[in-house]
Amino acid sequence: MELIPMEYYLVVSSIMFFAGIYGFITRKNLIAVLISVELVLTSTDINFAVFNRFLFPGHLEGMFFTLFSIGISAAETAVAIAIIINIYRNIKNVEVRNLKKLKD
Amino acid sequence: MEYTLFILILPLIGFLSLGLLGTRLKGKTAGYVGTALLAATAILAYITAWQYFSTPGVDGIRPTLIPLNWEWMRFTEHLHIDLGILLDPISVMMLVVISTVSLMVHIYSLGYMEGEKGFQRYYAFLGLFTFSMCGLVVATNIFQMYIFWELVGVSSYLLIGFYYTKPEAVAASKKAFIVTRFADMFFLIGILLLSYFTKTFDFGLLCSGEENLFASAAGKTFMGGAVLSWAMALIFIGAAGKSAMFPLHIWLPDAMEGPTPVSALIHAATMVVAGVYLVARLFPVYYFFTPEVLHGIAYVAAFTALYAAIVACVQTDIKRVLAFSTISQIGFMLVALGVSGMGTVEANGLESHEGLGYMASMFHLFTHAMFKALLFMGAGAIIHTVHSNEMSRMGGLRKQMPITHITFLVACLAIAGIPPFSGFFSKDEILTATFMFKPWLGVTMTFIAALTAFYMFRLYYNIFWGKPAQHDHPLHEAPSSMTSPLVFLALVTVVAGFIPFGKFVSSTGAAYIIHLDWKVALTSVIIALVSIFIAWKLYCKGSSKVPDKVAGFFGPLYTAAKHRFYIDEVYQFITHKIIFRCISQPLAWFDRHVIDGILNGIAWITCRGSLAFRWMQTGQLQSYALLLLCGCLLLLCIGLFR
Amino acid sequence: MQDAILLKIVFYFLAAAIAVFSVMAVTTRRILRAATYLLFVLFATAGLYFFLNYSFLGAVQLMVYAGGVIILYVFSILLTSTDKESPSPLFSLRRWIAMIASIGGICLVAFLVLTNVWPEVHAPATDEVNMKLIGHTLMGTEKGQYLLPFELMSVLLLACMVGGILIARKRS
Repeated sequence: MELIPMEYYLVVSSIMFFAGIYGFITRKNLIAVLISVELVLTSTDINFAVFNRFLFPGHLEGMFFTLFSIGISAAETAVAIAIIINIYRNIKNVEVRNLKKLKD
Repeated sequence: MEYTLFILILPLIGFLSLGLLGTRLKGKTAGYVGTALLAATAILAYITAWQYFSTPGVDGIRPTLIPLNWEWMRFTEHLHIDLGILLDPISVMMLVVISTVSLMVHIYSLGYMEGEKGFQRYYAFLGLFTFSMCGLVVATNIFQMYIFWELVGVSSYLLIGFYYTKPEAVAASKKAFIVTRFADMFFLIGILLLSYFTKTFDFGLLCSGEENLFASAAGKTFMGGAVLSWAMALIFIGAAGKSAMFPLHIWLPDAMEGPTPVSALIHAATMVVAGVYLVARLFPVYYFFTPEVLHGIAYVAAFTALYAAIVACVQTDIKRVLAFSTISQIGFMLVALGVSGMGTVEANGLESHEGLGYMASMFHLFTHAMFKALLFMGAGAIIHTVHSNEMSRMGGLRKQMPITHITFLVACLAIAGIPPFSGFFSKDEILTATFMFKPWLGVTMTFIAALTAFYMFRLYYNIFWGKPAQHDHPLHEAPSSMTSPLVFLALVTVVAGFIPFGKFVSSTGAAYIIHLDWKVALTSVIIALVSIFIAWKLYCKGSSKVPDKVAGFFGPLYTAAKHRFYIDEVYQFITHKIIFRCISQPLAWFDRHVIDGILNGIAWITCRGSLAFRWMQTGQLQSYALLLLCGCLLLLCIGLFR
Repeated sequence: MQDAILLKIVFYFLAAAIAVFSVMAVTTRRILRAATYLLFVLFATAGLYFFLNYSFLGAVQLMVYAGGVIILYVFSILLTSTDKESPSPLFSLRRWIAMIASIGGICLVAFLVLTNVWPEVHAPATDEVNMKLIGHTLMGTEKGQYLLPFELMSVLLLACMVGGILIARKRS
């Protein structure tokens, strides 16, 4: 593993992170926004794994944190999509700018 | 004697319960609750008095008991404010007076205020007043007294303004509050000055006559007067405000806008004598350390008594007459205090009592409370029937209102100083005391006593004799709830003079026997009878020619007296033309344009700034996220490349 | 040596895939494509985990994300049936600012990462994490073991399941 420095991984994950942020800010569709959030989350997961592997090789914390993070993001996705479907049912689209009211 | 605490607590309970739950009760029920509580208070006060006066003191000197005392606030080692109960002859006597008159007023109001809107509120306020007044008289220290002093002022304000839909009542309550508050400011300054030098608020210490206590004030002067004199004079100004001494008397006549029983309770019998009580309470300090202030009090009081008596002679509103009469009588009490000495002195083989004035003052306070309350309640009964305060609307009422007539007559005779009614004895003691001090002052006071007899009988004849006025409704005697207090007070007035008052109350606490000075007594009685005769001549027949002629004879004096010597106008001029115009208006301008301008400017800038930044607040999460991102990056940059 | 080169190629391939597809996922105008690109990114991430010898993690990533989450996305996209975002100016002010800020952020973080002196980077252990060890760690209650978070996780997932059903159910 010596052949790939740790910094490279980090640069990749930061690109992913900022791509996610860019998407979060600019996308109009709620699902697209959710996809962006997913990117952000995954990039942090990579960081955990990488730090664990390179800086604390004997430990397992980073790995487990990633594991739980994956679980949480799955749960979050489920709830968020349920909400989005509910919104769609109410206003017949899922555009961010149309969301002005929490309920009718 | 810890149960004395309940004398305070019961009326307070009345106030709280009626004030909080009053609207749920029927008016009548509220009245009965208040009256029952007050009756219990009165009984407790009588038990206290009985127990206190029946226990002989050490060496024949009545002790000062402090059954309860809590430390409330501690400032320094010496200076702390306590709350407690102090029982000595005058406070016990005041408790009796207050609870008696208050009970009578409670009963009387059941009839007088019947059907009034806010009956419960009225009784709640009466409870508050009784509570604060009792708290005032049993105060163990001057600061506690000040607290209750203000409470009394508040309840007086509330009760004067009871008919709050009437503009006159509102103005009167405001006036009373502001004037007394103005005086209280001096009172407070006086208290602070006194306590600054003596390091104590406690009456017991202050009145012990200890020289050391006042040592730190010795030699210190301010504007040519000793600091201690200033302090005591300032305290007296407070007393003068409450007791309506000239020139702070202006609120009392206006206070008659309140319900008449309130006038009887507060503005005749109890609250207005708080000032007298205060001076009596601090009497040793006045006497030993600032005798010049004490004499000043006597002169001010004498002048007030004269002034008020003259004004009372020409007023036509019966409650105003009684108000000025009250001012005049309080003047009597303070004169007596002012000229008093302390203790008993052997002179020329005769035992002469130096502290006569003190005793006389308290005696007069006691008798005056009874007969003045009676007069006010009688006036209330008349007003209740006639629906007017003006004398011209009355006349010949003796047939329609026999009980009121008799009791009113008793009170008039008492205040005029005719034996054997109580007023004779107390007034005689006062006159004797003033003659002992300065003969010319005694003569003046005798003259005022004559005026008193004159104006009281002018009132009496105008109401009960003379030509009956036309009324479109039948006149009738007041209900029994109103007449029974009248009868009771009349009985007290008849017998109170025979109380050997000197045995109970004296300047040093030692009992002594009162001697009537027959010379003084005889002169004053003769002069009073002459005055009554003149009043009878002028007013009994109801022909209005002779009084007019007399009025014409006195000319400007009459007009001036009718307008109360323009004191109100002087106040009006000073406040409106000088203070308001020269000080308040520029201040108001400054406030409105500069202070408000600054604040408005700030508001304007904020408003503009907000408008400028409004575009940021889109309510869209994504915009916020963008700003957050930019902010974070900015902070990161600052942190890195600082 | 040949292995090393091969590994390098694999890494660069994965890194490039992540970078390119994540950018595409957020810039494409078709939402279904975005989901697909996300899938690719997630695959690449899983690959990265395998590359780091976290096989279990990689497997979980594949199963949960590729198997579960993406399916959810696709279905929800189909359900809401807005394949295309509504037309909006391609280069609005916000887009520009976001782009500049993002690129600036990437540069900043890259600069930080590359210039930072890391504390004693160990030669990473190349061995696989033992499956038995993972199981014990997940189910143990000792220090450094994760039974409690694991149980919490399960409760959370249950709660989300119930919540999801409750929110999305048809109301009469």
